[in-house]
Amino acid sequence: MQRRGLGFYLLAVFFALYVVFLYGPMIGIYILSFQGPDGGLTFPMNGVSLVWFEKLFAGGGIVDIGAAFRRSLALGAVVMLLTVVISVSAGLAFRKRFAGSGLLFYVAIASLIVPSIITSLGIGLEFRLIDDLVKSHGPDWLAADHTTWMGLFTSGLGAHLTWTLPFGLLIMFAIFNRFNPSYEEAARDLGATPWQTLRFVVLPIILPSVIGIGLFGFTLSWDEIARSSQAIGEVNTLPLELQGLTTTVTKPDIYALGTTVSAISFAAILTALTIIRLLRR
Amino acid sequence: MTRLKLNTVQQRLSAGAISRLQALPMAFVFAFFFILPLVLVVIVSFWDYNEYEMIPAFSGRGYTDTFEGCAAQLPELCTILKTYAKTVKLCAVTWALTLLIGFTVAYFLAFHVKSRMWQITLSLLCTIPFLTSNVIRMIAWIPMLGRNGLVNQGLQATGITHAPVEWLLFSEFSVVLALVHLFSFFMIVPIFNSMMRIERALIEAAYDSGATGWQTLRHVIIPLSKPGIVIGSIFVITIVMGDFITVGVMGGQQIASAGKIIEVRLNALQFPAAAANAVILLTVTLMIIAGLQRLVDIRKEL
Repeated sequence: MQRRGLGFYLLAVFFALYVVFLYGPMIGIYILSFQGPDGGLTFPMNGVSLVWFEKLFAGGGIVDIGAAFRRSLALGAVVMLLTVVISVSAGLAFRKRFAGSGLLFYVAIASLIVPSIITSLGIGLEFRLIDDLVKSHGPDWLAADHTTWMGLFTSGLGAHLTWTLPFGLLIMFAIFNRFNPSYEEAARDLGATPWQTLRFVVLPIILPSVIGIGLFGFTLSWDEIARSSQAIGEVNTLPLELQGLTTTVTKPDIYALGTTVSAISFAAILTALTIIRLLRR
Repeated sequence: MTRLKLNTVQQRLSAGAISRLQALPMAFVFAFFFILPLVLVVIVSFWDYNEYEMIPAFSGRGYTDTFEGCAAQLPELCTILKTYAKTVKLCAVTWALTLLIGFTVAYFLAFHVKSRMWQITLSLLCTIPFLTSNVIRMIAWIPMLGRNGLVNQGLQATGITHAPVEWLLFSEFSVVLALVHLFSFFMIVPIFNSMMRIERALIEAAYDSGATGWQTLRHVIIPLSKPGIVIGSIFVITIVMGDFITVGVMGGQQIASAGKIIEVRLNALQFPAAAANAVILLTVTLMIIAGLQRLVDIRKEL
């Protein structure tokens, strides 16, 4: 073992402080969400209870949390599934040069770095214009009682995918950069069809990382606000409700909601990590 | 022989077709939910509007309204220019801090943590918060920085101040703090990635030639980490330039920013004005990226 210098210890302290900076405040509100009934928004704790969680789930209190919760969960699941399928498929495509591959790559990167509010505004406008077009020029059976196609699983889903797919694609690049093609060649030499090679050789090898893509897909969607803001339609997702509450709520129920939302994120992370570990065995 | 060649050619052709087919779903999503919306933003920014709807007729009103009175007010900055100046300032401070933190953390992980297992564990530790809700990570500062928060309690208990410090929360300070808290991850990952690609022999060579740790950092590691630094900078700068949520929540909805102007126009249903502001923001952001891109060829680095 190499001798560790002063530099190592200074950097280790810096890193530890950074981790405290990252986690400290979050842990603070998880603790505060268990305040007693007379507790406020700050320390010290005023008793310990589950009263703020009860209030939250009893509904009627702040907003219809239950409905927003189910909407976000459903949307997150669909985004996760589509992110995995579309990213893996595109990742396989990018292993060979094809017409337009450079363009598609740059568009994916652009989608990541164009400010979210602009993408969201654009999708919102797109659906508004489509709705106007349907109302004015659509066939009667459609135009008569058309209101809008903007919604959770149309514009909202698209908005989330513009955020999750670039991450999925970048992870796929990372996977195939380290992928050893001799396994595939061996399969091919043994007479496997391209489909068999993919199904029985490539996919099992990349599966742990693909779970990682799914994790990104779900958690990024579960917490998404900026892109949803103009493109989600009538109903709100859970993070949007939460953002709305920041200006009005002065009781720890907002912390209880925060703790619940985080619990789902942590459950997703833990599930993914467990599956990855099991697969690596 | 010829037959064999023909077969390979056929295989290649169909392979290209298969690739295109595999990339099609992603291409479709980006075409319909990203490219077309951007084109519409540009088009609508040149439309007219009244109190409650947009009117599809050419007009520069979205832009002229935005810059109304700017020329007359000079040298005093008008609202929009002031807002952009403030956004750029927030952006610069956040960028400097995330770069400092991101580089140091990445450097520690890449060069001082030797065991692969620890490297993975510690990187994971940095990644997990990124996968949890941004709003919650913002609210989390309230019990710390509020009037009766931990920081004020501490300051008063130790006698450093006698009254609560008011500028800790809902101020530019808290906005920058939250931005650094939320987005330093975007700096750490690319820099770490660049550092992991540095040939370890180069560092050994520097040491063997008598370079001090500091000289090695300055002349070997920093230049070779430049691609990561530039990519991380692009992420952080574009996120902060377009941010309206962090500035809103952590600024107590009192601080203006380039992203916030768009939100305000949208809430007033002035879509062409919002679109014009989006085009301005996009132009400014792209100019910054173009400037940064001169420093590095992104295509080579990913």
